[in-house]
Amino acid sequence: MEAYLDNSATTRCTEGVRDVVVRAMTEDYGNPSSQHGKGVEAERILREARETLAATLKVSEKEIYFTSGATESNNWAIIGAAMANRRAGMHLITTAIEHAAVLEPMAYLEKQGFRVTYLPVDAKGHINLRDLEEALCEETILVSIMYVNNEIGTIEPIAEAGKLIKAHNPRTLFHVDAVQAYGKLEIRPKKLGVDLLSVSAHKIHGPKGVGFLYVNEKTKLQPMMLGGGQQKGMRSGTDNVPGAAGLAEAAREAYTQLGQSTEQLLKLKKRMIDGLKTLSKSDAEPVKRGETAGKPDAQKPCIVIHSEEGDKSAPHIVSAAFPGVRSEVLLHALEERGIYVSAGSACTTNKKVPVSGVLKELHLPKELAESTLRFSFSRFTTEEEIDYCLEALCELLPVLARYARH
Amino acid sequence: MFQTFLIKYGEIAIKGKNRHLFEDALVKQICHALKGVEGDFHVYKEQGRIYIDCEPGYDYDETVEALQKVFGIVGICPVMKCEDGGVQKLGDDVVEFLRQTYDRHDQSFKVFTRRPKKSFPIDSMEANAELGGRILEAFPDMRVDVHEPELQLYVEIRDEIFIYSKVIPGPGGMPVGTNGRAMLLLSGGIDSPVAGYMISKRGVCLDAVYFHAPPYTSERAKQKVIDLAKIIAAYAGPIRLHVVNFTDIQLYIYDKCPHDELTIIMRRYMMRIAEHFADETNSHALVTGESLGQVASQTMQSLAATNEVCTIPVFRPLIGFDKQEIVDIAQKIDTFETSILPFEDCCTIFVAKHPVTKPNVNIIKRSETKLAEKIDELMRTALETTEVLLIE
Repeated sequence: MEAYLDNSATTRCTEGVRDVVVRAMTEDYGNPSSQHGKGVEAERILREARETLAATLKVSEKEIYFTSGATESNNWAIIGAAMANRRAGMHLITTAIEHAAVLEPMAYLEKQGFRVTYLPVDAKGHINLRDLEEALCEETILVSIMYVNNEIGTIEPIAEAGKLIKAHNPRTLFHVDAVQAYGKLEIRPKKLGVDLLSVSAHKIHGPKGVGFLYVNEKTKLQPMMLGGGQQKGMRSGTDNVPGAAGLAEAAREAYTQLGQSTEQLLKLKKRMIDGLKTLSKSDAEPVKRGETAGKPDAQKPCIVIHSEEGDKSAPHIVSAAFPGVRSEVLLHALEERGIYVSAGSACTTNKKVPVSGVLKELHLPKELAESTLRFSFSRFTTEEEIDYCLEALCELLPVLARYARH
Repeated sequence: MFQTFLIKYGEIAIKGKNRHLFEDALVKQICHALKGVEGDFHVYKEQGRIYIDCEPGYDYDETVEALQKVFGIVGICPVMKCEDGGVQKLGDDVVEFLRQTYDRHDQSFKVFTRRPKKSFPIDSMEANAELGGRILEAFPDMRVDVHEPELQLYVEIRDEIFIYSKVIPGPGGMPVGTNGRAMLLLSGGIDSPVAGYMISKRGVCLDAVYFHAPPYTSERAKQKVIDLAKIIAAYAGPIRLHVVNFTDIQLYIYDKCPHDELTIIMRRYMMRIAEHFADETNSHALVTGESLGQVASQTMQSLAATNEVCTIPVFRPLIGFDKQEIVDIAQKIDTFETSILPFEDCCTIFVAKHPVTKPNVNIIKRSETKLAEKIDELMRTALETTEVLLIE
């Protein structure tokens, strides 16, 4: 049996998505910039894709710009907005637990002379709105906050943050990295006070290498890709028609069954968390721990669940620590049984940075941070997969904890 | 303009009556190395030399790069080949050669002529003088310096005439296949690929064994070892890589033996397995990347304790090398970048905090008796489930 529980890393394309991508590649393969009929047909596909996506956010299709994915969207939103509005001020605000595609552009801007405030988070990964309020100043031109944290699933208070920002200064821009939220939650940028919003296709069963950036039509943004003037001169480069079509189809499928799949995801999440809690108390307790390996430490619970239940956490992510077992080892042991998960986030293979930035910001003890796995679901995940994974954990944990490294 | 390479080889020339064996091996290795290069090549021995004729359109840089990986080659000389048309024509050819090969013509030079073809009208000394004169005539800024010339021009008068002035250094060593076969213990680290390279350089064919410990080591660690084997194979020829699943043996040792002896005991079992596959593949030695005193398992006592289980010679070409010297070679042969990719190998997983540095063989042997119950069966399973990959 196989259980793919790494849907926050990437997802399988649906057949519907595959079909529209193949059609756009092999039949309607024209260049929208061409003047002949083939080009016009491709342009129609692009326009329809834009309309579909705009409808999911209840925004205008003029506010959708296709990109090569969320990394480009985040880079463009942050650097493009900062550069276009630098005369209004040189101060930016973000959080300490953003994805590297936000933190790196911020670091780049710091080198360019901008000042950046990084908001801390509490033990569950939430920012404190009071911190945001205190950080906002005359000089603040852009605030960037992720919607759903990719490692533990925390939902940040976007609506409240938007209200605060706009009350402070309506001209301060608000960017939201919605990679883990889009397709999972209803998002209304106009109501939330969001001016810029980044989305990736491959997290919602679309193809890799495509995404979009929502840009409020009043937002001043500097283009970063210069060239043939495609997408109103804001993002040059031959239009990725198959990618755009695939992204739109993936979004359409995700949002037509949103209610149903959210309910299902919440059920899966509950099943996973309940299962982990049961394991934690029962015989998965690493017997003889302290005799052969590790420190005598029977006081600590065996499994620590980072992700919350309820509406402050995404329905598709469960992050948990298995103290006494290094996450990489557990990951590979699960892999041997066809179960695919992530360790913290996808970059823990590097010895020199064994602990992810997000987990560090949660101030987890080293032992927990180094033993954290992320299980992430999609609407195609089944209860059987969850149970299979729990069974495997039940068998593996006592064995692996025994051979812990000193 | 160069349609021929003259290959210089060093030690082979002194191998007496076995010389032709070494030359044949070198021709074979050159042909093998040129297989992947764009162009058609004809490799042949003639009068104690090896030549490569290249059909027009071949890629010069790629050819030289491939030849620089063939052990046994000391120098690669791009040669201009001309017909023998008498003294006057030879002078023209030499001037033309200099015109085409060099952008500037103001250096000091010396001409070396050899004349195996005795029917050529003038002898080698006369030819040196004649050609020197012609060069000075054509390039007034050049000057003769017989002691420390900036440019040495070689002219060989055979049935055809060969003119060359560049000797591109080769890797040296002996042609692979002239010195038997050995089994390399290949980890993902910096040292073992270098050790393999150095032994192969002495003319040895290589096979390799890698100890995989899933789930403690990842598929990526295994891929890294395959990548390293591929880099070495560019020098050493095809390598049969034995991937041994070592997890159960390692865990069993961990369960039964004192933890400060883990690494030594583990390495003894690795040597036993490596020797098993050495016998199977007709290898007559093991090769490791150990360097004296580098880590606890490489002290003299530790090496003695590991060595004790082997009945065939264990070659440790890096034994007297400092880390930096090893790194320098790794960079030269292009294994360094791959070696430093950060994946755990099975030696680093269960390292004790304070491993023994002066193990006593008798104590180690006593510890190993605790494994009596299951170790034979575990060893058998490990040998039976070993995956053999052909790396070219």
